[in-house]
Amino acid sequence: MSVNLTLLTVMGALYACGIYLILERSLTRVLLGLMLLANATNLLILATGGYAGLAPIFDKNTPAGDYSDPLPQALILTSIVISFAVTAFMLGIIYRTWVLARQDEIQDDAEDRRVAETPSFDAEDDSVIPVETSEFPLAMIGSDGAGLVDTPVGGGPGPGSGSSQGSGAAAVMSGDRPVRAEQAASEEQPGSLNVDPRPEGGGQ
Amino acid sequence: MNIASFAPLAVVLPILGAALTFLLIRHSRAQRAVSIAILTVTLLLECWLLASVWEGGTAAVNIGGWMPPWGIVLVVDQFSSLMLVVSSAVSLAVLIYATGQGMADGDRDAPVSIFHPTYLILVAGVSNAFLSGDLFNLYVGFEILLTASYVLITLGGTGPRIRAGVTYVVVSVVSSVLFLIAIAMIYGATGTINMADLAIKLGDLDQGTRTLLHVMLLVAFGIKAAVFPLSFWLPDSYPTAPAPVTAVFAGLLTKVGVYAMVRTETLLFPGDALNAPLMVAALLTMVVGILGALAQSDIKRLLSFTLVSHIGYMVFGLAMSTVAGLGAAVFYVVHHITIQTSLFLVTGLIERRGGSSSMDRVAGLAKLSPVLGVLFFIPAMNLAGIPPFSGFLGKLGLLQAGIELGTPLAYALVIGGVLTSLLTLLAIARVWNRAFWRKPEDAEHPDPVLLAAPEDSATGDRAGRTNVTLLPRTMVGSTLGLVLFGVALTVFAGPLFKVADQSAHEMLDRSAYIHAVLGEDAPVPPVPSAVRPGQQQGGGK
Repeated sequence: MSVNLTLLTVMGALYACGIYLILERSLTRVLLGLMLLANATNLLILATGGYAGLAPIFDKNTPAGDYSDPLPQALILTSIVISFAVTAFMLGIIYRTWVLARQDEIQDDAEDRRVAETPSFDAEDDSVIPVETSEFPLAMIGSDGAGLVDTPVGGGPGPGSGSSQGSGAAAVMSGDRPVRAEQAASEEQPGSLNVDPRPEGGGQ
Repeated sequence: MNIASFAPLAVVLPILGAALTFLLIRHSRAQRAVSIAILTVTLLLECWLLASVWEGGTAAVNIGGWMPPWGIVLVVDQFSSLMLVVSSAVSLAVLIYATGQGMADGDRDAPVSIFHPTYLILVAGVSNAFLSGDLFNLYVGFEILLTASYVLITLGGTGPRIRAGVTYVVVSVVSSVLFLIAIAMIYGATGTINMADLAIKLGDLDQGTRTLLHVMLLVAFGIKAAVFPLSFWLPDSYPTAPAPVTAVFAGLLTKVGVYAMVRTETLLFPGDALNAPLMVAALLTMVVGILGALAQSDIKRLLSFTLVSHIGYMVFGLAMSTVAGLGAAVFYVVHHITIQTSLFLVTGLIERRGGSSSMDRVAGLAKLSPVLGVLFFIPAMNLAGIPPFSGFLGKLGLLQAGIELGTPLAYALVIGGVLTSLLTLLAIARVWNRAFWRKPEDAEHPDPVLLAAPEDSATGDRAGRTNVTLLPRTMVGSTLGLVLFGVALTVFAGPLFKVADQSAHEMLDRSAYIHAVLGEDAPVPPVPSAVRPGQQQGGGK
């Protein structure tokens, strides 16, 4: 006895066609590919069962080696049932895609595309904060906000000097503490200074 | 007659429940009652199984009276019963959440009548996969749960769900075909598909055949468990499904893949033949997954990427094949099922309250609903591995085991693990800052629903319906229950780690499993590789 070469060749051809088909974008072809793969696998299971023999119905006079192995056939039956169910479900999905989108194509994940096209610059995380928006002014903490530290020096002794008018707006904020706290709070309003006014990347 | 012979009920009960709920398809109240009752009974049964296995050791049940290795055998050992208990507890919480959602929405939005039977079949498939002592039965368990999951992921049949469903179905079918090919090859090489019998016979094959079969099984399970580079399908397909479905998928389905990998590595192919490639895969899974999470602006997608990333930790523990490493991996699986599911449930609540799960749209939730903030914060910190939570303990166990092993690759994984943990914290902190702390007006595209709803209203308009309860008590309650379960894992981490370590010891030893299935006089082959320094150290602990 020998291995059934025809079955093996058919199995190889089915695998090759199946793999080719599931790489297509058309859903119907993908489904056909999956069916071919399932059937190729059934042939593989059959081939692993060994040589063909008698039907495995017990008979006292037949030596055990003459029967064909029943287990692979049980496995194949189960896998046929499973692939039948999956095929029916896939057909349902394909029909639904057709109803919804009028096309038999695998569609791209829109959110995935959007994330991929988003620039690495994130307005909220990465942009420079132009004005201190905290309710605790930097000057009070003693950190290094250069413009803010300068202002009390220029505006403190001589209030209302014309040259420091550019920083006058900041001087109003940092000069009078209680007023400033309110102002700082009001600075946190949406879209004002702490958010880059540029349009977000890939917003659509 | 011992308690373990009731093990098949863990599969049979949900299937009977599915049949019953299918008959009750027009009576949604009876349907809910039946499915919750069935799952509760199953959970109690499995707790009982765990207790009996803890005292009496591994037990096997021969289905239909066929003696192994010919018949189908179900095996209850410490690992499988632990997984059964955790998976049933989590699926019960998700079921209550889903019924709460269905009741609040008046059952009109989704075909909920289909939901209950399908959900119970999913649970049956998961239980079957955990209990199976036979490779083909494991395949059938996978197919049962996958077929149910195909229906659940496309529930309602909307455009995005169908699109996601196609990816999911095709990838799952391909992985199942690979698994089936591997089974056929294994049967051809050894003439058996009973796992205990295989544990004995696979050792006699020559090295090349062994490696081929080993790799085929790992690739098939790697797709199901979403191990990089086979994880691409998961973040594309999970986020579009309804919140409870995503939650139960994230918690259970990938873990069934991890469970199968654990069985492959410990029972069928012990030794360190493929440990180095597995470690590299684990490292890449962790790092690539979490980098993907950082790029996302949708909370569900972000969580899907953290899910992929944290699968890496489990594969890391498994790849060490020491008692300490495997024990930590078992603990981590239990922790991660609970935490990831609760995070997805909370995200479902966020979506309900804020109208969207996109971080560009939703904001100011900490003020709108402090309860939601607490519910999110605890599992989020747990996931990121902040002490004293169980996430920290699990990662600590893994890192200790890695340092104990002491190979350069193990050190690389230890560094990768710490880095991933920090990046997880960063990703979670972004969600927290944007969705919870930011004012609604500051969001890039604030959701009109969010701006319109008054801050203290309990009801609102959603999806064309008025007066929808935004945070129904059942949904919040079941989420809270799961979050508390996660906290309990922290409180009872000591005993749990003991169970995990003991089950790891049992799995690496293999004799209990083989003896339970094939009888006391079955030979237990030695582990093939000669020198395993980590094994001796870990085993001595």
